[in-house]
Amino acid sequence: MHELSITENILNVVLKHAQANSVRKVMVVHLRIGTLSDLEDEWIQRYFDYLSKDTLAEGAKLKIERTPVIVRCNDCSESYEADVKNLEHLICPTCRGNRCTLISGREYYIKNMEVL
Amino acid sequence: MENVRLIEVKEDILSDNIKRAGEMRKRLRETHTLLLNLMSSPGSGKTSLILRTVEGLAGKIRLGVIEADIDSTVDAEKVAARGIPAIQLRTGGFCHLDAAMVTQGIDAMDISGLDLVIIENVGNLVCPAEFDTGAHKNVMILSVPEGDDKPLKYPLMFSICDVLLVNKIDYLSLSDFDITALKQRALILNPNLKIFEVSCKTGVGIGGWIDWLQGEVTSFKGSKG
Repeated sequence: MHELSITENILNVVLKHAQANSVRKVMVVHLRIGTLSDLEDEWIQRYFDYLSKDTLAEGAKLKIERTPVIVRCNDCSESYEADVKNLEHLICPTCRGNRCTLISGREYYIKNMEVL
Repeated sequence: MENVRLIEVKEDILSDNIKRAGEMRKRLRETHTLLLNLMSSPGSGKTSLILRTVEGLAGKIRLGVIEADIDSTVDAEKVAARGIPAIQLRTGGFCHLDAAMVTQGIDAMDISGLDLVIIENVGNLVCPAEFDTGAHKNVMILSVPEGDDKPLKYPLMFSICDVLLVNKIDYLSLSDFDITALKQRALILNPNLKIFEVSCKTGVGIGGWIDWLQGEVTSFKGSKG
């Protein structure tokens, strides 16, 4: 699927910052990925290893933190964390309303990176 | 031993695409051309819906079509045969369209005088949901044979769309598809979703869709650029 283009984007951002900071080698990249993304950590790393060959980021480890799916209740406007496995039965813990709007859970965010 | 430094990046990976998509929306707002992104699984009726839409809007709204296909031009040929400007983007194995690819399509098309451009995205319920194409409206088709459980499997797609067309509704009586359950599941993810039950084969329900689309195009043209 689209692991390749997402991973290419990750690598481009990493290399841009590596060059701007005169980095010799990128060791670790810390990422935050929304739980609604269907990409598996293991596959992102595999694609990254493939794409980053012969670059400053070759061999870098991706540390991925998953951010929860947050929704806002349409009835009482309270935000709460949604259980992705149980999206069919989302009930607002405050007012028991069952209609909500997605706030976060689909981001691909690079926080920082450990470099030499 | 060298010291490991920490560099703050704080960048969204898709930021380039989001930026480009925003530019596309702005540009088309200036020409009063509504861009509509049509998504679905393979075989659920994207091309048939476009052909029905061309028919329904004939003489009222001038439209063009951007077709995405992994490696053929079959769909664009069908559309062009109706005298509609059509651009074929061969994605060469890509599973989705992004804003850069759509920009190429728009650049290749003479959009002056067009009220509406429909993008037929790659047949796939997963990847196209992740990439903003620059469209003003996102529309998806789910066909009855695919099953009523799809909002559970592809929640992102259902949550980013403005319209859900339930196609092949003429098969409903032959299947165990639960239309009430489907609507409930989809509306929980996206309470603002407009749902139309249609059959591109028999033409049932197409009128409601055409009316909605015409209304959107009209109000878009009336809005300030």
